[in-house]
Amino acid sequence: MDIHQGQVTAIMGPSGTGKTTLLKLIGGQLKPDAGTVHVAGENIHKLSMKALYDLRRRTMGMLFQSGALLTDMSVFENVAFPLREHTRLPESAIQRLVMLKLEVVGLRGARELMPAELSGGMARRVALARAISLDPQIIMYDEPFTGQDPISMGVIVKLIHDMNHALGMTSVVVSHDVAEAASISDYIYVISAGRVVEHGTPKSIRHSSSEWVQQFMGGLADGPVPFHYSNTPLMDDLMPQGKRGEA
Amino acid sequence: MLNWLQGIGHSVFASISRIGRAALFLWQCLLALSYIPQKPMLLVRQMYSVGVQTLLIILVAGIFVGMVLALQAYIVLVDFGAEESISLMVSLSILRELGPVFTGLLFAGRAGSALTAEIGLMKSTEQLSGMEMMAVNPMKYVIAPRFLAGLISVPLLTAIFMAVAILGGFFVATEMLGQYEGVFWSQMQAKVDFYDDLINGMIKSLVFGFVVVWIAVFEGYDCVPTSEGLGQATTRTVVHGSLAVLGLDFVLTALMFNV
Repeated sequence: MDIHQGQVTAIMGPSGTGKTTLLKLIGGQLKPDAGTVHVAGENIHKLSMKALYDLRRRTMGMLFQSGALLTDMSVFENVAFPLREHTRLPESAIQRLVMLKLEVVGLRGARELMPAELSGGMARRVALARAISLDPQIIMYDEPFTGQDPISMGVIVKLIHDMNHALGMTSVVVSHDVAEAASISDYIYVISAGRVVEHGTPKSIRHSSSEWVQQFMGGLADGPVPFHYSNTPLMDDLMPQGKRGEA
Repeated sequence: MLNWLQGIGHSVFASISRIGRAALFLWQCLLALSYIPQKPMLLVRQMYSVGVQTLLIILVAGIFVGMVLALQAYIVLVDFGAEESISLMVSLSILRELGPVFTGLLFAGRAGSALTAEIGLMKSTEQLSGMEMMAVNPMKYVIAPRFLAGLISVPLLTAIFMAVAILGGFFVATEMLGQYEGVFWSQMQAKVDFYDDLINGMIKSLVFGFVVVWIAVFEGYDCVPTSEGLGQATTRTVVHGSLAVLGLDFVLTALMFNV
């Protein structure tokens, strides 16, 4: 699997198929049983802890599904957190940078709010501002559209698209929201049960010959992935074999 | 039979693996303590949360334990005409045993469970993972300040418990039982040894604090990040922490008094 610099790459697949695990492998939070992961030319799982943290600081940002905001800090403090930890900028510069990042996501006016006072969509936008506070080269989005109302979803789709093009980032979007992810991605990997089943541009994926991909992209209830979890006939459960004669 | 043996083997391996993880976690936590001088406010905030917020329960428990001990001492000693030794019984019991043990148990119940719940909730809401991805080591930023705050707080809380309990005993002995104030203090002064009694009690409190805080932060960090897992981790902190305090108290008493 190759993720190209400057592109939006979507990793799609049904729930529980290993999409978030893949992001954690790229971020070095999990170790692979086999194979290697190279980020910015470095084999991420061969790095020492110090080098790994250094690589994350220099190159990576991540938007978690829950936002993962620090609940004891305000919106402003959350966005300022990586700047305070990794730079020696004066407070006035941090103030300006945080305001600029919050302006990008449209939440400059919410800087005094605490995470508990934010809606789900706002929390993700704050998390996005925090993820870009150190201007990473790669930004990873874990299910950014899940559980969002249509307006919040539209805002996040726009932000991912605009930031990628304006800031020249490499974006990796993990999602099972087909339409939204396909609308902003340059390249798509479709995975199932830990394997890549199809990859290509959004157009080529839509015209894939794979029945499985067609079922996934079209959101069809039945197909290669059966509607029924069990294959045993219903009659077996309603009336066990031995008792059919009695009935 | 084979399943039963397999179950036992699995439990034993799981326990050994957990002990190994806890030891590794402690090692990383001790290494991370070096970060605290760079961010002293992290420690101050945790001292407030872990120490100051436990103070009330320590004060109330201390005063009642001291008062009850004085009453019990009087009931026993009066039969032998030795009621003048109330202060001796109260102070030795408090300094050697009850001060560190009660504080350890109360700390496990109040602050230990809160530490586990807080860290566990941070894990289940991905705050710890979020820190890692921001290249901030949660061991340094979250665990080490809480660990050190607990380590400092428990001996201080124990000293406060001891002082308050002795004052509770003093109140009962002098105000309720009519003993002279001078007799109460002079008996204590004559028989209580600074090193054997007070310092040994404080050493116990340091050991109890270390173990209880270790269990609390490890349980939070290692918990299954679900509501059920968090509940189980919090329960384990209180149960294991309390049992560790009681077990270690026996071992330390035997060592300190060369029994």
